[in-house]
Amino acid sequence: MTVLKTENISIQFGGLMAVSNLSLEVNQGELVGLIGPNGAGKTTIFNMLTGVYKPTNGRILIKDRNDRLQDIGRLHPYQITALGMARTFQNIRLFKNLTVLDNVRIANHLNVEYNTIEAVLRLPRYEREEKRIKEQSMELLRIFNIEQKSDELAKNLPYGEQRKLEIVRALATRLHILLLDEPAAGMNPQETLELMDLIKYIRDRFKLTILLIEHDMKLVMGICQRIFVLDYGRLIARGTPEEIAHNPLVIKAYLGKEMENDA
Amino acid sequence: MDFLQQFCQQTLNGMSLGSIYALLALGYTMVYGIVQLINFAHGDILMVGAFVSYFVLSKWGITPVTLMLSFLPSMLFCLTLGVSMEKVCYKPLRNQPRINALITAIGVSFLLENGARVIPAIGPNPRVFPTLPVVNYAWLGVSISRVQLLIFMVAIVLMLLLNYIVNFTKIGKAMRAVSYDKGAAYLMGINVDRVISFTFALGSSLAAAAGILFASAYPQIEPYMGIMPGMKAFIAAVLGGIGSIPGAVLGGLILGVAETLTKGFLSSQLSDAIAFGLLILILVVKPSGLLGKPMGEKV
Amino acid sequence: MSTKKTAVVCFLVVAVVLLLLYTLVALRIIDEYTSQVLTVAGINVIIALGLNLISGFTGQLALGHAGFMAVGAYTTAALVMKLNVPIFPAMLGGALMAALFGFLIGLPTLRLRGDYLAIVTLGFGEIIRVVMINLPKLTGGPAGLKGIPTFTTNFFWRPVLSFAMVYFTLALVVVFLSNLLKSSHGKAIISIREDEIAANAMGINVFYYKIFAFTLSAFIGGLGGALYAPFFGYLSPNMFNFQKSVEFLIIVVLGGMGNLTGTVLAGIGLTYLQEILRFLKDYRLVIYPVILIIVMIFQPSGVMGLFGNREFSLTAIINKLIGKSPNREKSADKAGEV
Repeated sequence: MTVLKTENISIQFGGLMAVSNLSLEVNQGELVGLIGPNGAGKTTIFNMLTGVYKPTNGRILIKDRNDRLQDIGRLHPYQITALGMARTFQNIRLFKNLTVLDNVRIANHLNVEYNTIEAVLRLPRYEREEKRIKEQSMELLRIFNIEQKSDELAKNLPYGEQRKLEIVRALATRLHILLLDEPAAGMNPQETLELMDLIKYIRDRFKLTILLIEHDMKLVMGICQRIFVLDYGRLIARGTPEEIAHNPLVIKAYLGKEMENDA
Repeated sequence: MDFLQQFCQQTLNGMSLGSIYALLALGYTMVYGIVQLINFAHGDILMVGAFVSYFVLSKWGITPVTLMLSFLPSMLFCLTLGVSMEKVCYKPLRNQPRINALITAIGVSFLLENGARVIPAIGPNPRVFPTLPVVNYAWLGVSISRVQLLIFMVAIVLMLLLNYIVNFTKIGKAMRAVSYDKGAAYLMGINVDRVISFTFALGSSLAAAAGILFASAYPQIEPYMGIMPGMKAFIAAVLGGIGSIPGAVLGGLILGVAETLTKGFLSSQLSDAIAFGLLILILVVKPSGLLGKPMGEKV
Repeated sequence: MSTKKTAVVCFLVVAVVLLLLYTLVALRIIDEYTSQVLTVAGINVIIALGLNLISGFTGQLALGHAGFMAVGAYTTAALVMKLNVPIFPAMLGGALMAALFGFLIGLPTLRLRGDYLAIVTLGFGEIIRVVMINLPKLTGGPAGLKGIPTFTTNFFWRPVLSFAMVYFTLALVVVFLSNLLKSSHGKAIISIREDEIAANAMGINVFYYKIFAFTLSAFIGGLGGALYAPFFGYLSPNMFNFQKSVEFLIIVVLGGMGNLTGTVLAGIGLTYLQEILRFLKDYRLVIYPVILIIVMIFQPSGVMGLFGNREFSLTAIINKLIGKSPNREKSADKAGEV
């Protein structure tokens, strides 16, 4: 079943068509890669999917928590997150001056079941909920092996762990569709391998559908079931890693640029 | 006919007041375009400019020639003031949260106002700015004073000059590049610090000129005289689209006319409120302003 | 439950400290002049706490808290004097009116990213003053409003009651804010300061929380004004000028933006300093902006930044004293420092 679908979306910045007539769909439980040379429009697509930008034309539909496809055209980013789709950011956007645990707790915000008055008066439900949230947050941190750093400020984590925390934070929103924007950027090969296993693990454990942007071809080819290839804002190919690797258009798009970008 | 006459008269008055706002708004909009800072102290530069000219004129005596000549020391003084203000107070904060620079700007504004107040040569009490004898020229029942002519003349000359600098000189090109993308401009070898200093210099000298014109039109000067024109000029900049140079001019003129029409036909008490009413209106209807481009943050 | 026990002990400690202070004031061991200064300091702290909520914790600069204070003060006075409303409901009315103004100002401005709130609140602060001057029937106009009923007419009890009212309210505000800010809703507010786009992406309704924080901030500002009117007994529009708004900002900045403890300490300290520096006359006016600029350039996290931005926590101290294992989850209140 389709959980994420775009119908002919385009977006224009000034005179520039950053993405044009893009249609793609992602099925339940899939792990799909979105690749393309720098400036191909990948992050722009994420920004449209999450409501940061509104497409100039076209529709975006995602499955909500009741298994219905919903048009998210008019929704704000926080509303889209509430439907069950969350993201990480390519240029890490953690809450830097807050602790690791607080970063995760904030993302738990949608599942908090007490109101402001209960919080201020410290009523029993507040204490209960806070305890639950803390436990759940620690559990998520444990999966990524950063639970022992829960009291550190996010900005003090090493780069690789900041990337992990971004993923943990997205998971805490209780999503079913996860968008990862270059999760391995800046990681060493060892960390990248670890990350690949983690991504597969969380997909199975939380029954996620994952769409990821990545430059590390080993990662993309290694874990993605299907791949979409983008160039100049257009979809130039789609298929299994095997098919993509032999697609002449893709090879051309990449080889034409291989010299400048080690994409 | 009588109504029409008065309407034309008020519009003319508004245009002349608006030209002063426009000169001041240009500084706001350029600085905002380059460093995304509301320079709260910008209005106070107007006050400083007026006082420098006041001292010069007290010494030389007031004639049309000395009045024109007094622009030079005043603009030079404010230029230096603006550049040092940026170097000392804003530059160290460039990589910190925006709110920090904003608070510093408040501090600088207060320092200029209260500093002027405690300097014995200025002091808290209003002083009378030297003015030329009033001469009015009338045409079809609408009159224009010599001061208004002076305002139009100076404003037009300075705006043409600014237009030339921004659009046809190398430093102007660099300014536009920096306002478009600071990082990329830096990578292209543009000396970003110098461009920022230059922007403050331009804005501050325009504010000084605005100060002399303002003082000539309303010849009472005191340390806090810059607050209201400063706020209105900022509103003018937002109205025109902050970051847009033609927008600042348009916004200034609209605001000036709106103010004098309110004064003339509604009530003088309301004239300050009307400016803020306009600000709220523009923020609700078109926050990017009349000539501004919507600015999204890069994600 | 042990957290409950700690909470009870906390409550008792705060109550005892407050009662002790009240007794000291009543017995004139704290002399009348000092208690007056402390009362003014308390009001300043309350309003600065409100300002800290929106500027320090939410990251949106507001420059019109003297305006909210004015709305709170004049509304309270008008309710008491014109409509014969009893003082406490009148004070609540004053604070609510300020909150309403805050809500109405926030609605068009907080939707936008950027610094518009600063300029709009600045304008609001100025306009509200002009309005006050031009409504002489309600406000006494430029000459001011005299004869506002004080908390009591009894000469002996008046300073005690004013002091008691202000510090009781201050304790409430501190407990309210510190509990709020530790909760998930409070963290949502703080996340907006940290990164608005990320907060939005994490499911936080940024606009709602900004409005919420700003309205609450205006309410607290109004509450400060509501305390001011019956304490002082006289109001004039020029008490609530821009200078006053900036004084609150200085308290917040000096104490440390986003730190409640700092605001309390800096508020009391600065109010005292102001008294001590009276002999400097107008030169004081230069010192403030210099403090502001220097703190921003050299120590932007304020005084509390020197202490790792930590908050004073009574609970932590009590837990330590009872010998409970140090609980990372610092809870409850910090009113003990008054």
